[in-house]
Amino acid sequence: MKKQKTTGREEKPWVRRLLIGISVVFFLIMLVFPLVEVLYRSLKDGLALYVEAITAKNTLSALRVTLIATVTAVAVNTFFGLCAAWLLTKFEFKGKQVLSALIDIPFSISPVIAGLAYIMTFGRMGWATPAIDWLNEVLGTDISLVFSVPGVVLATIFVTFPFVSRELIPVLQAQGSSEEEAAAMMGAKGFTIWRRVTFPHIRWALLYGIILCAARAIGEFGAVYAVSKARGKTFTLPLEIDALYMAGSADSITQAFAVSSLLVLLAVVMLILKQIVEHRGKREQ
Amino acid sequence: MYVEMKHINKSFGDYQAARDISFGVEQGKLVALLGPSGSGKTTILRMIAGLEHQDSGDVVIEGKVVNDIPAGERGIGFVFQNYALFRYMTVYENIAFGLKVQKKPKEQIHKRVMELVQLVGLEGLEKRYPDQLSGGQRQRVAFARALAPNPQLLLLDEPFAAIDAKVRKELRSWLKEMIAKVGITSIFVTHDQEEAVEVADEIIIINEGSLEQMGAPTEIYKKPKTSFVAQFIGTSSVLEDFSGFKGFEDAPKGRQAILRPEFVEAFKSDNEKFKSLISAAEEGVIREIAFRGSYLTLTLEVNGILLTANRSLERRPVSVGEKMCVLVYRAYILEEEDAHIYKNRMLEGVDVEAL
Repeated sequence: MKKQKTTGREEKPWVRRLLIGISVVFFLIMLVFPLVEVLYRSLKDGLALYVEAITAKNTLSALRVTLIATVTAVAVNTFFGLCAAWLLTKFEFKGKQVLSALIDIPFSISPVIAGLAYIMTFGRMGWATPAIDWLNEVLGTDISLVFSVPGVVLATIFVTFPFVSRELIPVLQAQGSSEEEAAAMMGAKGFTIWRRVTFPHIRWALLYGIILCAARAIGEFGAVYAVSKARGKTFTLPLEIDALYMAGSADSITQAFAVSSLLVLLAVVMLILKQIVEHRGKREQ
Repeated sequence: MYVEMKHINKSFGDYQAARDISFGVEQGKLVALLGPSGSGKTTILRMIAGLEHQDSGDVVIEGKVVNDIPAGERGIGFVFQNYALFRYMTVYENIAFGLKVQKKPKEQIHKRVMELVQLVGLEGLEKRYPDQLSGGQRQRVAFARALAPNPQLLLLDEPFAAIDAKVRKELRSWLKEMIAKVGITSIFVTHDQEEAVEVADEIIIINEGSLEQMGAPTEIYKKPKTSFVAQFIGTSSVLEDFSGFKGFEDAPKGRQAILRPEFVEAFKSDNEKFKSLISAAEEGVIREIAFRGSYLTLTLEVNGILLTANRSLERRPVSVGEKMCVLVYRAYILEEEDAHIYKNRMLEGVDVEAL
């Protein structure tokens, strides 16, 4: 008889080695090589061209739009995510299942469709346009929701809105409501309960959701592509990269990689933040 | 009456958690709300607390209708089923929470918290977080936290459910002692009759949202008023028709009867002690013997009906298939919703309790 394993769950060594091998090869081919390629290509023609590429007027404009869209999307979605998660976990009402499913729509719908839907709604032919025109007239403003920065922001919000609430819902569900009830029994009011009891519990999940939301907002292409057509004005970094690459000259391709490296850098920062937050969150559990 | 429930009704959709519930609890009493799970007992407790609002009826505390007073202002301490300690606060902060909310001065809070820490015997653990405590210690924190703002009424929802069986008994007497020491009127919810009988001064039995009976543990045990209580309290077996038994000829026919093992005596025909009662006994055969640790439970077939009786290990050994004399002292005969005691008529004039 063979020697009995202690847990009965330990795999044979070759199984483990094979799995590690598959993972490493997959990881290298799919992730590491392409990213290294981006960095290599971006610096291939010298640092001068790299600096020129990332300080070009169009690039800076794209960076600005990207940051505006990301910050706004994160702010809006954090607020909305908190409200939605709170509503879905602490209250019972009709249509709860439907609302819960609706929140996930951006996960399942192609972002391009989201962008096109915005054009259909807010574009020149869209049914919401008269209302916006009227608003502009009354307020003396010139807001336009498609082919403009607000449009980019809206599209970004759309594709990133599930992130925060999806991170919070399981945490709030696991917590239940008895701690809050306990606080209420002792006379604590809504905001005190939120600040002293609920928030400490969800803060890491919230931060984690914000990071995921920001990462997705920075990288969003499809939805933004549909509503943004003016390079140097409403382009975000991913769109700018695409434009540079599509220009097709040797220089512009190198520039495309240079700008890409900027995005990769942002992604790495996000990744590190995410790791830190995950780690801290786990340690506190 | 310190706490009074007056004609309380409450339903959640189709499920009726309280049907015209009325009862009163006197000041200083320790009362158990006892019932099977889903009977509505927790909902009743939560309505007293103000965590749930009744559809109709009044909750009265200290002579004042508190229907519209929010939970936090009713002056009630509440111990939750899983204690619901604030997990991101230390023991000290947990106990201090209610006082902080009331904006009490710091020294006063400190004094009160330390007093409670000492009362519940948690000295030295003030800086621990709830997940660093055992189940019993958590219960003590929950108890101290509920008492900190000096409530006039303490409500406890299944206070022992989250504790393993071994420590539970110990904590029961601890809690009873503590409540007596503090002198606070208390109501606790439980599904465990042993717990209710052991801890409470008075028991309120709830079934399917209705109050079945309220009374002292011995009274409920000895004089169950309804068929539910007769079956729920004690170990009981239900018999379909009992009227054929010796001494029960005048019991109504075709009624269900409830028998507890302690109502049944099984003895050998040469038994000296029961010699004079042998005429009142039926003949039965032992079908099963179960060892219960400190006694035996016999299953006896009498007139084609199975009865159970307990037997002390000090008595003579018995075996399966052995013929025994079976004496039934009394039985609860059920009539619709009510339960009536019928005593064995052949034992009239015999002091059964002296046996």
